[in-house]
Amino acid sequence: MNLYGIRALYLSELSRMWRTLFQSIASPVISTSLYFIVFGAAIGSRMQEIDGVSYGAFIIPGLIMLMLLNESISNASFGIYMPKFTGTIYEVLSAPLSPVEIVVGYVGAAATKSVLLGILILLTARLFVDYEILHPVWMFGFLVLTAVTFSLFGFIIGVWADGFEKLQIVPMMIVTPLAFLGGSFYSISMLPPMWQTITLFNPVVYLISGFRWSFYGVADVHIGVSLGMTLVFLTICLAIVWVIFRTGYKLKP
Amino acid sequence: MEPVISVKGLNKTYSSGFQALKHIDLTIHRGEIFALLGPNGAGKTTLISIICGIVNASQGEVTVAGYDIVRDYRKARSTIGLVPQELTSNMFDTVLATVHLSRGLFGKAPDKAHIERVLRELSLWNKRNDKIMNLSGGMKRRVLIAKALAHEPDVLFLDEPTAGVDVELRRDMWNMVRRLREQGVTIILTTHYIEEAEEMADRIGVINRGEIVLVEDKAALMRKLGTKQLSIQLQEPLTQLPASLAKYGVQLVQDGHAVVYTFDAQCEHTGLADLLRALGEEGLEVKDLHSSQSSLEDIFVGLVHDEVRPETSAGAQLDIQSGGRA
Repeated sequence: MNLYGIRALYLSELSRMWRTLFQSIASPVISTSLYFIVFGAAIGSRMQEIDGVSYGAFIIPGLIMLMLLNESISNASFGIYMPKFTGTIYEVLSAPLSPVEIVVGYVGAAATKSVLLGILILLTARLFVDYEILHPVWMFGFLVLTAVTFSLFGFIIGVWADGFEKLQIVPMMIVTPLAFLGGSFYSISMLPPMWQTITLFNPVVYLISGFRWSFYGVADVHIGVSLGMTLVFLTICLAIVWVIFRTGYKLKP
Repeated sequence: MEPVISVKGLNKTYSSGFQALKHIDLTIHRGEIFALLGPNGAGKTTLISIICGIVNASQGEVTVAGYDIVRDYRKARSTIGLVPQELTSNMFDTVLATVHLSRGLFGKAPDKAHIERVLRELSLWNKRNDKIMNLSGGMKRRVLIAKALAHEPDVLFLDEPTAGVDVELRRDMWNMVRRLREQGVTIILTTHYIEEAEEMADRIGVINRGEIVLVEDKAALMRKLGTKQLSIQLQEPLTQLPASLAKYGVQLVQDGHAVVYTFDAQCEHTGLADLLRALGEEGLEVKDLHSSQSSLEDIFVGLVHDEVRPETSAGAQLDIQSGGRA
């Protein structure tokens, strides 16, 4: 195993975050704060409690998930897309690194950033609303699992994309709508029965539900189902990444 | 001589259907400087990219330092350093950071002393904290070389290292390549500057349209370069070569309008005077004289532009004889 190689790739990717500190950290924190001000403080004060949780506190897990999904995807997709775009990928491909090591370097760095960001948003939320975390270990587990899964997803998008437009399109056109409709701002039990059924086809529902359970012990779907669905999505992403390296798809002609 | 790279039956067809390499067989010896010459699009970069693991081969086998580049890719790649043709590096990184990254990627423990040595040798030490985006083109090229040398490779690929580089840097680079060779590093450089191959290489290979058309010692090539030809245009055509001329080994060409005499220009006794005397004795009137010398460039141009003749070493030999630059 090329441990020095993984370390070098991982640290180099993380250093990109420090270079673009404002873009990487400040902007998601600012936009989350805006959500809290608008939905938590302004509108939330006029909303009734959901499942015994104040509205401001209720939206925290969903908001963190929303940011986590977007940031994981954009960090990881950018991380692999840029070297492809500028040509510096030659060095990683010519290095004695196995596909697993390359993925650990890129995806690990992207997931690390997302987890740090999730924690930062959690701390920011504290400035606006009071909340408690019933199952902190589960909470952290979900945070890491989701960050890794969606960083892998981002890696796939970054390999697939052959232009900046494609890089943006999946997070913007698919992930954000799914996160908004997946119960970031409401409990799906508040929806009419038909929409509840339709919503269950949205994979993000399971992520948010599980994550919210770790905070407040209430969930739209059973925690086991949430965990299972997250793992299924992780497995699908791993399989696609395996195929990418197996075939050299868009990485190695 | 011990082979360090062995390429056998290598084919590469890209998904577009373009066949970039056609059955390449090539052996690179340990410690030599090998120049791979070829026009743009000949397959030089594809060949290097396959050996380095950036492009998948369609067929064939490659070993580096005895390790198969697919089965033992870790060991094979650890021994290789690659300086790519394009000036590609992370523009926002500092020189020092990017060179350290390269060493790490190749699985070597950090070694500040080695990195400092490499950077000093390439006159980059003063620029070590500069961002790459702020460097000149020549300096960026040096950074790429430093990155390739960061993990102390045994084999160094330089893909068109002096393309668009000023004279001073070119000299510096040639000196660096020689120093590396003295340290036992095998160097494979691709170029389309013939002058570079003449200056640097121990052996020269010519690749065209995905095929190796010639591999030869530079010294042997240079010996051929020492061969000159004297073409003698005759006033009246000859139907047959007189015996007195035939003994000099001259050949009748152009339907008898000219005779060609091949001689070693470096030889003390070229035989020119005798031949001219013999011509006079035969009563042949000379219309014009023209002497020519083959250069590597002639060989190269002849090889890569001749589409009809089968591209073999024998063909190359022919070309050396017939090539002409006054």
